[in-house]
Amino acid sequence: MIAELGLAALWLAASLAALQLLAAIIVVRGGGTEGEESMGGLVRPAAVVQGLLCALSFLCLLLAFVRTDLSVALVAENSHSAKPMIFKIAGAWSNHEGSMLLWVTVMGLAGGLIALVERRLPNRTMMATLGAQAFVALGFYAFLLISSNPFERLNPAPAEGNGLNPLLQDVAAAYHPTTLYVGYVGLSVAFSFAVGALLTRQVTPEFARVMRPWVLGAWIFLTLGITAGSYWAYYELGWGGWWFWDPVENASLMPWLAATALLHSASVLAARDALRAWTIMLGVVAFSMSMIGTFLVRSGILTSVHAFAVDPERGNFILALLAIYIGGALTLFALRASTVSEGERFSVLSREGALVINNVALSAILGIVLLGTLYPLVTEAFGVRVSVGPPYFNPVSAIFFFPMLLVLAVGPLLRWRRDSFDRVKLTMIAVLAVPVLVAIAMWAITGIGLLPLLGIALAACVGVGSFMPLRGRSLRRLPLPVWGMVIAHFGIAVALFGASANSAFTVEKLVAAQPGDKTEVGPWTITLAAVTPVAGPNWTALEARLGASYEGDREVEIDPQARNFWAPPQQTTESALLTRWNGQLYAVLGGEAEGGRWQLRLWWKPFVTFIWYGGILIALGGLLALIGRVSVDLKRRSARRTVEARRAVAGEAVA
Amino acid sequence: MTSVLKPKHQRLVLLVLALAALIGAGLLAAWALRNQASYFYVPSDIVATPPAPGQAVRLGGMVEKGSIQTAPDGVTVHFVVGDGKARVPVVFAGIVPDLFVEGSGVVAEGSMGPDGTFVASNLLAKHDEKYMPRELEDMTDEQARATVAETTE
Repeated sequence: MIAELGLAALWLAASLAALQLLAAIIVVRGGGTEGEESMGGLVRPAAVVQGLLCALSFLCLLLAFVRTDLSVALVAENSHSAKPMIFKIAGAWSNHEGSMLLWVTVMGLAGGLIALVERRLPNRTMMATLGAQAFVALGFYAFLLISSNPFERLNPAPAEGNGLNPLLQDVAAAYHPTTLYVGYVGLSVAFSFAVGALLTRQVTPEFARVMRPWVLGAWIFLTLGITAGSYWAYYELGWGGWWFWDPVENASLMPWLAATALLHSASVLAARDALRAWTIMLGVVAFSMSMIGTFLVRSGILTSVHAFAVDPERGNFILALLAIYIGGALTLFALRASTVSEGERFSVLSREGALVINNVALSAILGIVLLGTLYPLVTEAFGVRVSVGPPYFNPVSAIFFFPMLLVLAVGPLLRWRRDSFDRVKLTMIAVLAVPVLVAIAMWAITGIGLLPLLGIALAACVGVGSFMPLRGRSLRRLPLPVWGMVIAHFGIAVALFGASANSAFTVEKLVAAQPGDKTEVGPWTITLAAVTPVAGPNWTALEARLGASYEGDREVEIDPQARNFWAPPQQTTESALLTRWNGQLYAVLGGEAEGGRWQLRLWWKPFVTFIWYGGILIALGGLLALIGRVSVDLKRRSARRTVEARRAVAGEAVA
Repeated sequence: MTSVLKPKHQRLVLLVLALAALIGAGLLAAWALRNQASYFYVPSDIVATPPAPGQAVRLGGMVEKGSIQTAPDGVTVHFVVGDGKARVPVVFAGIVPDLFVEGSGVVAEGSMGPDGTFVASNLLAKHDEKYMPRELEDMTDEQARATVAETTE
C-alpha cells in the first residue's frame, strides 16, 4: 500500500510539473491579458504542492526500507532484515532508483521554496524561472517513472533481502550522498534563474542578488559533500589516499569548480552590474556539470562503487536529458547573449579584474578536469583503454591553480572599479614575499618535491593574504559576508597546506609482524599485541590490537580490522586512525603471513587532517556569507513593508 | 594599466585573454593526456610491444595457478599474470586485495622494471559481479574461461 502511495504521489507531482510548465509558458509568451495573468496564479502553488508530493513519495520509500518490506523489489535487492537501522534508512538512497528519487525530491523542494519565498524579481522573469525549473524536473520525473521506478513490486516476495554492499555500510553513506545531491540539485535553481533571466532579458544586479543565496547554499552543500566523501574514501578504502582523481570524484569536483566561479561572478554582477553574459553562462555550465556528473555516475559507463547498475537504457536516457537541457540552454544563450546589453566598465587593476582572473583560472581547471575525465571514454570508442590519474591531473591543474592562488591572496585588497597601484603596492609586495621566503626556507631545510614545496609556500601566502582585508577595519562592524570570504579563503590555505604537507612528509611502513614485534614509522613506535577474532551484527572480523607510542609517550591502543560480511559475502578492511593535532597515524591489517606473522601497513601522515578542516572552514565561510546576505534581504523586505504601510496610512490621511 | 579602456576594447581584451587561457588549457591538457594517460595492456601486448620502463601502465589478466609466492619478508608477493598467450611476472609489495586468488582476474597498476618484471604499485581484484574492474568484464566472457582452463590443465 505504501509503495503504491509513493508511486501515485510521484505521478501527481509529475503532472503538476507539466501544469506548471504550461501555465508559465502562457504567461511568459502572452501579451498580459487578464486570462493569461490568471494562469500565472497557478504556477507558484503548483511548484509548492509538487515539492510536498515529492517529499511524501520519498517518505514512502524510507518507510518501505525501515520496515524491510521485501515485496518492494528495490528493498529486496538492497536491504536485509539483520542490518542496523541507520543503514536500512541510508540504504534507501544507496542505490540507483532511490538516489534518483532523492534527486527529484530535492529538486521539487527547491522549486517549491523559490515559488514560496522569492518575490523580488519581475513577475514574468519569475514565471519563466519556475517554468524552466518545471521543464528540468519533468525530464527527471520521466526518467524515474519510465526507467527507474523505485516502487516496483516483487511477486512473490523473497524470504530475505540481498543486503547492502558493505563498503556502503557506513555512517558516511547516510550524509555524503545527501549533501552532494542537495548541492547538485541546488544548482538547478541557478540554472532556472539564468534561463528565466535570459528568456525575459532581465539580466540585472537584482537577478544576481536573488540567485546568489541559492548558489551559495548549493555550494556549501557541495563543499561539505566533497569533504565528507574524501574523508570517507580515505578511511574506508584503506589505501591511505584522500583524493584519487577517480571519475566519480571528478564528477563532484566539476560542479564545485563551476559553482565557485559562478559565486564570484554573481558577486561582480550584484555589486557592479558587470559580467552579465558570463554569469548567465556559468549558471548554465554549473548545472550542466551536475548533470554530466550524474550521467557519468549513473549510466554505468564507469565502474566504481558508485555505479550501482550497468544499464545502457538508463545511460541513454540521461544522455538524452543532458542533450535537451544543456543543448537547449546553450542555444538560448547563443540567441540571446548579444541582446544582453553591456555591463559597467572596470579597469584591470580592480576587484573585478582579479575576479575575472579567478573565473578564467577556475574555468581552465574545470576544462582540464573535464577533458581528463572524458578522455578514457573517447579513447575507448577507438578500442584503446587508458586510465588518467594523478600524473596528469596534479601538475596540469596546478599550472592554473597556483597562479590563481596568488591573485586570491591580493585580489580582496583591491577596490571595485579601479584601484591605483601605489595604494596597494606595499601590502601586495608584503603578501607576495611570503611564498618566496617560505619556499626558500622549505627548500633549504628539506628536499621535498616541487609541487608540495609550491603548495606549502602558496598556502602560507594565501593564509596571510586572506586576513589582510580585515586590516584597518572595525572587526565588530565588519559585515558577515566579508567574514565569510576571509574564512573561506583561509580554509583554502589550510586545505592546501594539509594536502602538500601530507604528500611531502608522509612516512609509510609495510611489515609482517609477530605478536610482540615493535615497528617504527616516523615518530611512532608500534607494538603488535595480538590478533583476535571478533564479531559484529552482520560481520565477523580479525582484529589486531596495536600499541602506538608517539616519541616514547604512553601507549595508545588502536584496533584495525579485516572484516568479513556475510550478506552479501564480502571482505573489507577497517583501518584504524589515531589523530593528533599534527597528523594521523593510519593502520591497516592485512593477511596472515608465514610463521604466525601478520601483515601491517602503517602510515604517519603529518597534517593530513588539515585537508578536511580546510574543507569545513570553506563551507563555514559560505554559511556566514549566506546568513549575512539573507539577513540583509530580510531587513530590506521588512523596511520596504514599513514604508509601504506608512505610505498607505499617509494616503488615507490625505484622502 | 590603471587607465579605463574604452568599453568596446575592454570587452574585446577580456574575451581574448579568457579565450587564450582556455585554449591554452585545452592544448596543455591534450598534450599532457597523450603523455600521462596510463594505457591498459594484456600480457600478450606487453610481450609484443613492451612499454618503456617507468611508464605508468595497467596490466590486466589472470593470476596463474600455483604462481603466487610470498617473499620471506611476508609482504612482497611474486606472481605471474597470463592471458593464455603470454605470461608476465609481477612483483607487488603490500596488502593484496581480499579476492586476489590464483585463477582469478586482476588489474595491476604500475610499470615495467628494467628486468622485464612488472612492478605493481596497486592491485585491483574483482570484488563481486557488481564491482569488478571494468577491464575484467570483457575478459571473463572472452578469455577468462579459456585462460583458467589452460592454466589449470
